[in-house]
Amino acid sequence: MSIGVNVERSLKTFRLSAEFNIPEPGITALFGPSGSGKTTLVNMIAGLVRPDRGHIQINDHVLFEHSRGINLPVRKRRVGCVFQDNRLFPHKSVRDNLFYGARRNPHKLPQDEQQAILEMLDIWDLMDRRPNLLSGGEKQRVALGRALLSNPDVLLLDEPLSALDHARKQEILPYLEWLRDHRKIPILYVTHAIDEVARLADHMVIIDQGKTLATGSVFEMLGRTDLAPLAGRFDAGTVLAARIVSRDPKAEVSFLECGGQRLVVPYLGRPKSDRVRLHIRARDVMIARTPPHDISANNIIPVTVTKISDEPGDTIDVTMCFGQDADATLLAETSGRPKIHARITKWSGSRLKLQPHQKVFAVIKSVTVNGQLRDR
Amino acid sequence: MISLTPAEIEALLLSLRISGVAVACALPFAIIVATALALGRFPGRFILDAIVHLPLILPPVVMGYLLLIALGTRAPLGAWLYETFDLRFVFSWTGAALASAIVSFPFQVRAIRLSLENVNPGLYQAAETLGAGPIDRFFSLTLPLALPGIIAGAITAFAASLGEFGAIITFVSNIPGETRTLPLAIYTAIQTPGGELAAARLAALSIGLAFAGLLLSELALRRIRKRAAS
Repeated sequence: MSIGVNVERSLKTFRLSAEFNIPEPGITALFGPSGSGKTTLVNMIAGLVRPDRGHIQINDHVLFEHSRGINLPVRKRRVGCVFQDNRLFPHKSVRDNLFYGARRNPHKLPQDEQQAILEMLDIWDLMDRRPNLLSGGEKQRVALGRALLSNPDVLLLDEPLSALDHARKQEILPYLEWLRDHRKIPILYVTHAIDEVARLADHMVIIDQGKTLATGSVFEMLGRTDLAPLAGRFDAGTVLAARIVSRDPKAEVSFLECGGQRLVVPYLGRPKSDRVRLHIRARDVMIARTPPHDISANNIIPVTVTKISDEPGDTIDVTMCFGQDADATLLAETSGRPKIHARITKWSGSRLKLQPHQKVFAVIKSVTVNGQLRDR
Repeated sequence: MISLTPAEIEALLLSLRISGVAVACALPFAIIVATALALGRFPGRFILDAIVHLPLILPPVVMGYLLLIALGTRAPLGAWLYETFDLRFVFSWTGAALASAIVSFPFQVRAIRLSLENVNPGLYQAAETLGAGPIDRFFSLTLPLALPGIIAGAITAFAASLGEFGAIITFVSNIPGETRTLPLAIYTAIQTPGGELAAARLAALSIGLAFAGLLLSELALRRIRKRAAS
């Protein structure tokens, strides 16, 4: 599974010139401020907008290649789209909406996979209704189902949550997580909400003014503080993969293991050894030279400073890797040992006399577990 | 209750038949033209728009005159149609239907076009990504979404063509049982000494028909809205 995009097109106010390759399945976030060209980019992949030049390829299926004059019509591209404004057909029932694409596709999904999708989206009760009687969240679920049932090679989600309120978003996110974890289809996810990226994405493509600024794994990209000024929306932090090791419903806590460290978060209501994803914002991390006692924060992790970088304004960004052993810094680079970022004031930095290789303690004020804020 | 004379019943049935045929025959063309005007981007769109709306502003008598010139049995087109298809329009009810169709055509096109322009163009894109080609999209989206406009347009056009006078009398004359529709019958009655009562009866009948048409159109639209909301 791979997606290769390299396109150019003149737009009204700037020139779109984007290039990225995604070699693996999973969710890739197309992240950038409003008006940066994200939607135009997915519309090019879908075939709704034609690039001036370049090429677009999904696996070994060439969708567009300017030099060879290839420009597949939209309906032959096998892309599944979910738009911001659901675009359900108002005169058709939910059932007819869901199977609109499936009925037209000669390569149908096997019956049991169709069933699994309908089962997962939990839309049996809505089947005979018309779209205008559905809630915003239900509409997006149907739109998602409609795209999936058409058995596409890639799923393009263009800000599917942006028209929903917070509660509806929380309702949809688990379905997207299920998709990521249970289906092999690559997903391009357009968004300008960093919490959605942190919770869902595996890869990240950052776009501004029509240019791809950076591409990489979400773990790596979210820590890149040089990308922080992006329209002020980029809230640098750390995304970590963790596993539930034990839980104590009485004390209302769950214990997680992450990079050899134990983290404690309020009770998650999920089984042992379930994998979860943590998002820790850089401004929610404090640094202490000695392990602080008598403090409300539950998570104090021994770490080693790897990098200190200047930020615009009065803050610095401190990158630290887990552990205080002698070769911790080296292991962080070679073995993928987790890193964590803290944003502190320049004044604090000089007061603590922070420097690389220094052994300190990261005090985590709050952890977001799979999109739900914990341990404030 | 005022009873109608056989001649009056004849005029009523003739009117209904002519209008019915006119609307039914014009409908497919109206749908095509409305779709082209609402969704198409092509050179000459403006001119097509003007031609379609011409009958609204042109005096009906002029319309009838133009038809007479074009389709009279001695005109080239009229002669050809008569010889090859045995199709004669002048002095025949089919000519009255043709005149009615042309005059009421803009009503159909406008109503259908309006309902098409209210459709979110994103729906067509969505259908395209789901594998629907242009003809498929026309039948699965355009047509059903335009249904309220099609029905409203057909009823309005039917009512408008029931009242057509100038184009019919100029093109196909006023022949009892062949081209004498309700308005022509009213006109004849007024011209006849002692025909005032007959004229009044026919006028009342016309008013009744007009109201029935409006009522029907309203009911049809309500039903469609209700169906769309259920």
